[in-house]
Amino acid sequence: MEFPEDLKYTEEHEWVLVEDELVTVGITDFAQDSLGDVVFVELPEVGVKVEAGKAFGVVESVKAVSDIYSPVTGEVVEVNEELPETPEILNTSPYEDGWMVKIRLSDPGELDELLDAESYREFIEEL
Amino acid sequence: MLKRTALYSVHRELGARMVEFGGWEMPVQYRGVIEEHLAVRHAAGLFDVSHMGEIEVQGRDALAFLQELTINDVARLANGQAQYTAMCYPDGGVVDDLLLYRFDAEHYLLCVNAANTEKDFAWIEQVLEDSQLSAVTCRNVSADFAQLALQGPGAALILSRLTDTDLSRIAGYHFYEGLVAQVPTLISRTGYTGEDGFELYSHPESAETLWNHLLAAGREDGLVPVGLGARDTLRLEMKYPLYGHELSPEISPLEAGLGWITRLEKSSFIGRQALLRQKEQGIARCLVGLRLTDAGVPRAGYPVYHGGEPIGIVTSGTLSPSLRQGIAIALVRSDVRRPGTLLEIGIRRRRVAAEIVKTPFVAR
Repeated sequence: MEFPEDLKYTEEHEWVLVEDELVTVGITDFAQDSLGDVVFVELPEVGVKVEAGKAFGVVESVKAVSDIYSPVTGEVVEVNEELPETPEILNTSPYEDGWMVKIRLSDPGELDELLDAESYREFIEEL
Repeated sequence: MLKRTALYSVHRELGARMVEFGGWEMPVQYRGVIEEHLAVRHAAGLFDVSHMGEIEVQGRDALAFLQELTINDVARLANGQAQYTAMCYPDGGVVDDLLLYRFDAEHYLLCVNAANTEKDFAWIEQVLEDSQLSAVTCRNVSADFAQLALQGPGAALILSRLTDTDLSRIAGYHFYEGLVAQVPTLISRTGYTGEDGFELYSHPESAETLWNHLLAAGREDGLVPVGLGARDTLRLEMKYPLYGHELSPEISPLEAGLGWITRLEKSSFIGRQALLRQKEQGIARCLVGLRLTDAGVPRAGYPVYHGGEPIGIVTSGTLSPSLRQGIAIALVRSDVRRPGTLLEIGIRRRRVAAEIVKTPFVAR
């Protein structure tokens, strides 16, 4: 299972790539593996305001429905249009092709709340 | 403490993801639900279904007792034949659905749902106690049986490599007691996937031998182990009912579309009066198959609308791996049951378009 060092993570199994005030968000390798075959993805529209800790989307596998929580507060500036068409990308490439949204941060201080790769790995080992 | 089948360590070695199901720790998937599902449709799959319960009914009055206990006509069975049937409460609600095997006129085996085994056995004992029949014994023999299901178009060929039994002589819903990989096995041509296949009952001590031989014998034909996840999507594509979803104490067999096993012409059985009344008055709701015409995955509990009005509820739903479309079984008002009728399913905040379709969803 992969946990890229350059990403930050949440306890809800989202990853965050920080590039200045713009962050890219997706779900982790652990999350996609736990879900199994992903068959449906619901993402917010561009322009939607999201709030840290609140659900912004849904991922469904054959067996389960999971909310996706925003790791940060801000505005959605781009969504991965490919995902609703080919949701299985989340299984094959969770950290790259399976990115979900790009969010313009309104409070960069929230990033300090996120886990680094090592802490996230330790967190899921406890589960 | 969850119960484990004789194959628990085999599942772990195969890397299965284990989940709780009906009080048992069972494999939900090995490689992935969709891959396993398609393997069963196109090649073959091997399932551990040892969690299912077995109850033996024996004695001179066994036939008379089972006629009272179950809704199908047990007298139609010859030796070596199996029957899909159900037990009802006096009000017509379903205690459980089951397979009934006839060895001879005085010896039967019932295969019941895992989660219901204790409840069923208690019910059967109570019915027996209340009856005037004395020459019947019932035993919960679940611990004496492991059960494997070998399902798919390749099932007969694979099984033929391990047995001298002439499988072509075992028709659907028939069984034979033979040897498979030298293991004494009840070979039943039944299943829950819509494909040709067999359910194999053996002693738990032999389950691992049987499992390993079957997997080896079928490897070149694409046989893979299959978990409960695909078992559910396979049965759903056939619109086979699942207890707790399409069948329950609150849903009668007539509402569940099981009129074909409900032998109201039998002089008496538990629930007959209520079901007769229901049939005369006309059932108010029934199960239909729905196919989403929009993207989305229907799930049990989601509301169903027609013309903006709530008319029922989804009892089971999934994304069909064969059709790559959302499909559902829904309990709806009977006046809205015609194939082609356009409906909506409430999925979270949206209403998603669906259509009533003929079932099974996938042609055999």
